[in-house]
Amino acid sequence: MTQARPSIGVPDGGEQIELPGNEPALSVRDLGFSYAGQPVLESLSFDLRAGEFAVLLGPNGAGKTTLFSLITRLYAYRQGRIWVGGHDLSRHSVLAHARMGVVFQQPTLDLDLTVRQNLAYHAALHGMAPAEARRRAALQIDRVEMQGSLRQRVRHLSGGQRRRVEIARGLLHEPQLLLLDEPTVGLDIASRRALVDHVHRLCRDQGVAVLWATHLIDEVHHGDRVIVLHRGRIRADGSVAEVVSRAGGDSIGEAFDRLTQEAPR
Amino acid sequence: MSLARYGHCLRGVVSRELLRFVHQRSRFVAALVRPLVWLFVFAAGFRMALGVAMTEPYQTYVLYEVYIVPGLVGMIQLFNGMQSSLSMVYDREMGSMRVLLVSPFPRGFLLACKLLAGTLVSIVQVYVFLAIAYLYGVQAPLAGYVLVLPALVVTGVMVGALGMLLSSFVRQLENFAGIMNFVIFPMFFLSSALYPLWRIREGSHLVYQIAALNPFTYAVEMIRFAMYERFHAAAISVSLMTAVVLLGLAILAYNPARGMMARKGGGGD
Repeated sequence: MTQARPSIGVPDGGEQIELPGNEPALSVRDLGFSYAGQPVLESLSFDLRAGEFAVLLGPNGAGKTTLFSLITRLYAYRQGRIWVGGHDLSRHSVLAHARMGVVFQQPTLDLDLTVRQNLAYHAALHGMAPAEARRRAALQIDRVEMQGSLRQRVRHLSGGQRRRVEIARGLLHEPQLLLLDEPTVGLDIASRRALVDHVHRLCRDQGVAVLWATHLIDEVHHGDRVIVLHRGRIRADGSVAEVVSRAGGDSIGEAFDRLTQEAPR
Repeated sequence: MSLARYGHCLRGVVSRELLRFVHQRSRFVAALVRPLVWLFVFAAGFRMALGVAMTEPYQTYVLYEVYIVPGLVGMIQLFNGMQSSLSMVYDREMGSMRVLLVSPFPRGFLLACKLLAGTLVSIVQVYVFLAIAYLYGVQAPLAGYVLVLPALVVTGVMVGALGMLLSSFVRQLENFAGIMNFVIFPMFFLSSALYPLWRIREGSHLVYQIAALNPFTYAVEMIRFAMYERFHAAAISVSLMTAVVLLGLAILAYNPARGMMARKGGGGD
């Protein structure tokens, strides 16, 4: 893994961004984590490339949120390594963090503030000047099709709209990697479907690598990559067709059931 | 990461705290009512019984209301510091603390920003209180209102860092009230906020010794001396050192390598 990456100027913003090079947007190698002496994650290894949409599929308790907490450095890891955009998370966390956007399982918007104020806060946490923050907020709000909502208080938005704002916030600093931890929790079926489709479009149009954690089979699209996590281990990793053919069954649902039913620790 | 980016980050955290404060008007009113009740009711009632003999930094005998005002300023900051830490526990439970902690800036810097933002909010409250006290007749030299500002910053950071440290040990929001009772009230009452140390010593030597060791006593004296254009080196030194030590411990407590989040049990799966 190298530290240096090629970069270009952005014509309208004048700021330097890094081109997606050969390094994956996310690399995880031999990652392990224990809590209270019990292993929660064991020897996880996978790569995620620019423009790739990977569904981290696992039942409750599989270790998905723990994995996200390690990648975002909310927890410290002692076993294994993580690189984000080619930057070692444990040694260059500033560079690595600047390249990732996160949508947490719990809604994390400030309900009493407006959409614009929430986005401005996030922009400041990434060191953006106010003018740049306003420009990017307008752009990202357009992309999540929430035009006209910038002055609205988050409290007055629906669950689906709040999630869209969180996605816009996660993309505000133009990350290479977007992590979404069960982002459809609490949404109705139509909103869930719209959100999944929307993030697929963002992934395709903007080339962002997406790691989408869920336990819901119907959130897997045919062209997605699927990483099945169960009891802290990766049970399968590949395209939908590959996972189905490896695990057996007629569908990804059946394959998932087989992979997560009796796998011993 | 350039210095300007650090500045933008600090501005953002401070703006958010101020916006939240503006939206929580009841918090502002509650923060003012508490010291005003002490000033208008308690101090007025005890005026005759508790007149304060000539004691530094005052150059003459002072009414009890005059003596108590710096202590009430400390009270505002103490309660605000605990209120900020309560909001940190709330933020952590609600998840918004994560938004702060996944920022690319060093965690120590982010926590210091949060602390400064809380301090600024408490200073706004203090000046509103001092303005009301001024109209009521408790008037310090005008220069004192400017000179007290650095003392307010140090006190705000000190009690804010204490609250931040405590918040790292609190597992649930419900448990915070107990911690407040065990910290705020002893800190406030076992200090020179309400009575001079020499008067406490007349009543109980043990309480005097505890009050003399209480860092909040030094913060109150630092504020009192600054308001009357005096410099209290010992009070400033102890307050500054306490603020630095508490801030260091708070940053350590929120260090992922130390596993603060892991100690909380994380959540999710």
